[in-house]
Amino acid sequence: MSSISIDGARLALHRKRKAVNAVALVLSLGAMVFGVFWLIWILFETVYLGVGGLALSVFTEMTPPPQAEVGGLANAIFGSAVMVTLATLVGTPIGIMAGIYLAEYGQKTWLGRITQFINDILLSAPSIVIGLFIYTVIVARFKSYSGWAGVLALALIVIPVVIRTTENMLSLIPNALREAAYALGTPKWKVIWSITLKAARAGVITGVLLALARIAGETAPLLFTALSNQFWTSDLREPMASLPVTIFKFAMSPYENWQKLAWAGVFLITMGVLALNILARVLFRNKH
Amino acid sequence: MDTRVQVAAGESPKLSVRDLNFYYGGFHALKKINLEIPERKVTAFIGPSGCGKSTLLRVFNRMFELYPEQRAEGAVLLDGEDILTSKLDISLIRAKIGMVFQKPTPFPMSIYENIAFGVRLFEALPRAEMDERVEWALKKAALWNEARDKLSQSGSSLSGGQQQRLCIARGIAIKPEVLLLDEPCSALDPISTGKIEELIHELKSDYTVVIVTHNMQQAARCSDYTAYMYLGDLVEFGPTAELFMKPKKRDTEDYITGRFG
Repeated sequence: MSSISIDGARLALHRKRKAVNAVALVLSLGAMVFGVFWLIWILFETVYLGVGGLALSVFTEMTPPPQAEVGGLANAIFGSAVMVTLATLVGTPIGIMAGIYLAEYGQKTWLGRITQFINDILLSAPSIVIGLFIYTVIVARFKSYSGWAGVLALALIVIPVVIRTTENMLSLIPNALREAAYALGTPKWKVIWSITLKAARAGVITGVLLALARIAGETAPLLFTALSNQFWTSDLREPMASLPVTIFKFAMSPYENWQKLAWAGVFLITMGVLALNILARVLFRNKH
Repeated sequence: MDTRVQVAAGESPKLSVRDLNFYYGGFHALKKINLEIPERKVTAFIGPSGCGKSTLLRVFNRMFELYPEQRAEGAVLLDGEDILTSKLDISLIRAKIGMVFQKPTPFPMSIYENIAFGVRLFEALPRAEMDERVEWALKKAALWNEARDKLSQSGSSLSGGQQQRLCIARGIAIKPEVLLLDEPCSALDPISTGKIEELIHELKSDYTVVIVTHNMQQAARCSDYTAYMYLGDLVEFGPTAELFMKPKKRDTEDYITGRFG
């Protein structure tokens, strides 16, 4: 027995607190296990079926006709890489600059508030809406599906994500740091460029990587814009193949060779997105 | 208050505050302050929290202008020219009036770059001269011996006290004439505080130093002149020894003897 004496009421309260703690712990562990279970199952299926379809020809051959002997995803991988890269290159500077405006200039102005509100809507807009929008203003007008239309649709998804993360990351920078920079006689643009943006760098890059990961798997905005292409093309004025659209088309088909390639594509996208997420986490951890 | 312009007898003023009123939105935070801060001396502002001493300091380099709801009326003369209405660019004024804040604020860059950053804003120095300037500033801030071997390391890798001295070095590297210190030791341990107080003592041969402090012993130890403020009023201003030994006002006496409140 312990020689420290504690009165009964305290002890009872303490036991109750411990019981509540145990229940909460079990519930949250249960929620975690539930979530992770599905995630691991998805990953397992992806790896199991994806690795089966994986071969060197996936990277070297074009998308095949149904029931062909050989075939790969080379044109779709290339198309995805080109469109995702260009969309990120278009969307990132716009997003970062708008984020800077919101955090450093427009904080209490009506223009800033409206921009913020519209950005929130854009952020949660279903991607198929964005695809249809680009279809109406670009594809229908020029009477042609094109890689450029796909790039624009994806860029429209990148922009709000980058705006939001840039704004959030800049708002986390303490005002004391800004004041210290101003106190030296630093002009505003230089305070933002050399001090606050630099201090928020890791967070901003993380936002860009997460946006990149998101558009890498988007199907809907490409369906009506870049469409798809059975052949290799590097001309962005033509319809362009992409991994998600190819997966969509191949997975729904009754042909076995297409289905296998669809799984290989799913595996490639999943691994790519996983790698980007891990990279984003590592970057963010190192700088914090 | 019956204090018209409070002049430190026999000193030439570096900063003169004339009928200064300050508002945070609708709140009247400084009430008709008149004060002359002597050149190459250390002037301390003391007073309970919320008395306006930091606010007054932040008028001297127009830091308050970053916040649109804050406004100052009256005049603050630097060598006779009103900085509140000056046509000079605010950056140039701030380069003459450096400031060190309560919490250390190293920039997200190396120790060397932390100091070179401010210098580059106003001077295009060749590399060798920049090296010299960085060394000079670090020596002045009594940080050279601790930092000389890690100039390329991040400024935030230093300890709190070292970071604060880095901020002082950064402030003096651009060769200001006035140095404003806003409770520079409040986040520091006693040893770092001692080092910074020594530093303040040495700095006054070249700079006009104004320090805001919560710590009356600190004001007594390192300042030549002290201003006691209360609720936005300047209650008493005079040579530190006089103000602490035989204050003219009852309020001041109550505060410095701890009977305040």
